[in-house]
Amino acid sequence: MMTQSEIGGAAAEATKPAVIEARDVSLTFETNDGPVHALRDVNLQINKGEFVSFIGPSGCGKTTFLRAVAALEHPTAGTFTVNGMRPDEARQARAYGYVFQAAGLYPWRTIGKNVSLPLEIMGYSKAEQEERVARVLDLVELAGFEKKFPWQLSGGMQQRASIARALAFDADILLMDEPFGALDEIVRDHLNEQLLELWKRTEKTIGFVTHSIPEAVYLSTKIVVMSPRPGRITDVIDSPLPSDRPLEIRDTPEFIEVAHRVREGLRAGHVDD
Amino acid sequence: MSDLSASVAVPSMRRSHLQVKLLEWLRSGLAILTVVICLVGVWYLAVMPMNIHTALTDAERAGAVIQPETAAARRDLGGVGLLLNNFDHAGATFNQDRPRLPSPHQVVEELWDTTVGKRITSKRSLVYHGWITLSATLLGFGIGTVAGILLAIGIVHNRAMDMSVMPWAIASQTIPILAIAPMIIVVLNSIGMQGLVPKAMISAYLSFFPVVVGMVAGLRSPEVSQLDLMHTYSASRNQVFWRLRLPASMPFLFTSLKVGIAASLIGAIVGELPTGAVEGLGARLLAGSYYGQTIQIWSALFGAAILAASMVAIIGWIQKLTLSRMGMLR
Repeated sequence: MMTQSEIGGAAAEATKPAVIEARDVSLTFETNDGPVHALRDVNLQINKGEFVSFIGPSGCGKTTFLRAVAALEHPTAGTFTVNGMRPDEARQARAYGYVFQAAGLYPWRTIGKNVSLPLEIMGYSKAEQEERVARVLDLVELAGFEKKFPWQLSGGMQQRASIARALAFDADILLMDEPFGALDEIVRDHLNEQLLELWKRTEKTIGFVTHSIPEAVYLSTKIVVMSPRPGRITDVIDSPLPSDRPLEIRDTPEFIEVAHRVREGLRAGHVDD
Repeated sequence: MSDLSASVAVPSMRRSHLQVKLLEWLRSGLAILTVVICLVGVWYLAVMPMNIHTALTDAERAGAVIQPETAAARRDLGGVGLLLNNFDHAGATFNQDRPRLPSPHQVVEELWDTTVGKRITSKRSLVYHGWITLSATLLGFGIGTVAGILLAIGIVHNRAMDMSVMPWAIASQTIPILAIAPMIIVVLNSIGMQGLVPKAMISAYLSFFPVVVGMVAGLRSPEVSQLDLMHTYSASRNQVFWRLRLPASMPFLFTSLKVGIAASLIGAIVGELPTGAVEGLGARLLAGSYYGQTIQIWSALFGAAILAASMVAIIGWIQKLTLSRMGMLR
């Protein structure tokens, strides 16, 4: 059942090149309580310019999947391909920016300095650092906050700064691990809107982990529903929603139908449990 | 009446920032002052029974009648008993030449006399002796701090060092410094090192430890996600160290330095004891105890305490300055 919908999704998107590909990926953590199967036989293809959400209960492997794409974890079986390379190579080639659940800004650096951190490490010139910092801060609507320290900003602004940091070096893939999970509903709505706007303007490929159904449906062109023990994909939904998405779209029948299907997928995962 | 109280209340409600700060200082100053007054009071109370024996012996020689009259009976009576029987002689306990316990004003007088009252090149100047000890303290503190930081860097970056160094560092601190100090002095003396360096080595021996412990904790303080972030940039170990681990460890470093500098001073003083009491605060303590100069001992003790407190305060000030410039103070 899983492979069917997966193949269906791949066929529909066949015209666009694959950016991230997982083939028969399994990942097992050895713990004191025995092995934990974070991922088992996962197959997935993410194409250029897609906005893909991973949704599922905790322990379903959605974060592990994203971390494995970023070579922060290493699969025990199967292969990942990122831009046609192994994840390690893709990281060396600056293929992706990663946004963590906590903004993780360095408290001793100003916002501008935080955003230029990857640029310093990657050896950009001073002039180019400044130019890029100004550009991405503008992109996340934080222009004028360069000189502020992180504690002077709200949680939502800090998370926007961390997105700017991930955008600074022009990676065409953005991996986001529950970036808005710790923020309140109103701030979250606003950031979701901004993120969609940003995605449309930059044409990045985005992998987005969440456990909010409305968030996943609102943002994504493709929703990957996962379930735990072992972590696996139970459904891949190609969103029928148009690319223009005002917040009100969440009250339309189409939106509610997709949300319903996601919910069904999550429930099915639980029955298996 | 109510009008008056209202007009008084309004301005006091609108206190300026400066007024609030001033009030805070006043309040904490008052608290400190209260504690000091209590301590000095207890001290004066303790002086009377401690010194009453000498006071009564002197009084008897001068012809006064003491209760009880025989020396043997007095020996059996404690200081408090003697004091209660001869309370009119209590005044003579406060200004003796060689008191068992000098009174606070005697110590203050001696401190004043040996700092402000003497040329700083004089062998009787506490400033001179303080500087001798301070120079050894600072050199030892510098060596200990650098050694501590280097060891911590090694421990954090090298698994073999992580497993092997810490147990030795802990073991080194379980050896009583009084036992090992003479060895260090003797061994270094036999290879021709005298004076400053051996004392500094003992200071370093005591001060490297808090720095190692604090810096290992500090260099390991970045969260997993902060390290992962560096990993996604393919940052080198060097870059992770300079851009993440080191700045993250700064608050830990300063806390360790405060402990370390106090330990350094102890080390320098202890290092002066086996050299035969030539110069330094340790020498003043030793000479004082050789010749029964309790006032000199106490003033050297207070000199050392004031020195330690000032050094800790200076580090605290540098800490505040550094962390606020780094944006880590709100």
